Amino acid sequence: MTEPQLPSVLAEIRDEFLELEEPDRLQLLLDFSRELPEAPARYADHPELYERVAECQSPVFIAVEVDPHGIVTLHATAPAEAPTTRGFASILVQGMSGLTTEDVLAIPGDYPQTLGLSRAVSPLRLAGMTGMLMRAQRQVKALTAL
Amino acid sequence: MPVEPDTSSAKFAAYADPQRLVTADWLEDRLGSPGLVVVESDEDVLLYETGHIPGAVKIDWHTELNDPVVRDYLDGEGFARLLSAKGIARDDTVVIYGDKNNWWAAYALWVFSLFGHEDVRLLDGGRDLWIAQGRPLTTDPVVRTPTEYPVVERDDSALRAFREDVLAHLGSPLIDVRSPEEYSGERTHMPDYPDEGALRGGHIPTARSVPWKRAVADDGTFKPRAELEQIYRDEVGLKDGDAIIAYCRIGERSSHTWFVLQHLLGFEDVRNYDGSWTEWGSSVRVPIATGPEPGEAPAHR
Repeated sequence: MTEPQLPSVLAEIRDEFLELEEPDRLQLLLDFSRELPEAPARYADHPELYERVAECQSPVFIAVEVDPHGIVTLHATAPAEAPTTRGFASILVQGMSGLTTEDVLAIPGDYPQTLGLSRAVSPLRLAGMTGMLMRAQRQVKALTAL
Repeated sequence: MPVEPDTSSAKFAAYADPQRLVTADWLEDRLGSPGLVVVESDEDVLLYETGHIPGAVKIDWHTELNDPVVRDYLDGEGFARLLSAKGIARDDTVVIYGDKNNWWAAYALWVFSLFGHEDVRLLDGGRDLWIAQGRPLTTDPVVRTPTEYPVVERDDSALRAFREDVLAHLGSPLIDVRSPEEYSGERTHMPDYPDEGALRGGHIPTARSVPWKRAVADDGTFKPRAELEQIYRDEVGLKDGDAIIAYCRIGERSSHTWFVLQHLLGFEDVRNYDGSWTEWGSSVRVPIATGPEPGEAPAHR
């Protein structure tokens, strides 16, 4: 069994955060929140395709797709009034999409805690990102278990 | 030097402490006035950065008002350091506003009050109404000249209740401001909110359920005094001279109700139990009632 490895995009994002001083990390998180892509229109008409992330304070929904080649795409939506949550979602959407299902399942559960945001954002708020990651991984498992 | 109170509103004039609120018109006219500091306090730690009232500084409840290690607030030195860095002087008028109907703004106002900061007010309607009315917002960084805020020890005795105080208080008025589902025990946390770890559901026996939102009109402003009296006096039965404790889940929504009881209705002995349900619902052997009824105070042990 090989050691789980952090996918490279997520590792780069983590390093980007850690290179900054704490106040600038918040700014970077804000940049990520602005980059959260709109989910495809089909989701807007079908809210039941989404899973609500109950660990987040604001209404956040995620949906995972796995294509026939086993490549994962993550979609997420969160309101503009919740930039912190949007930032977390955006990191995961950018860092997970395009990975194989194995790579997604190998993302360590403590990834949110490695971004150096505990003090600037608070552990409680980071728990929302952990919730998103866990739920995305569980959706991948469910989609590949067939 | 403090700034004069907002006397423009007939609604405010009926409140016990009319000077504790300002209207958006009043504030917009005075932005940049000497002696006035505007503070934004939100649930979301990044919301301020997406646009704030020009000149407003941010104070985050989680990362700035709380002690980073112990579940408590800053001490006198920490508060002096924070306010000095924000450029707030002891005699400044502080106007606080925020998201979510001013929950965190009321919470910050309550913490300022523990340190006896005299002139601290809320913007009626908060951040949402300011934006809905198309008033100015900016993302320009705000730099205020640091001050030398004095070290004032926090005084928890008058405005803050601890678990032991609540146990001793059973039988006197307690107000549970959470949602009906949290009160009855169907849930341990707000609908749509994360579970912050209460092990049991329900409410403190004898507490009356008055969700915080009942004090707020549809546009997020506080209801007029007569409507508030109808709820808290006529319906709940609070009387002059009552000692009252309010609680919620972590003390933020109950700060909002604390503000209503203390400053808008003028009850003189109102405390906020900030340990709230996340402490009570996880404590060993404290009494808990479930269901929609307040329940009985247990016989004293």
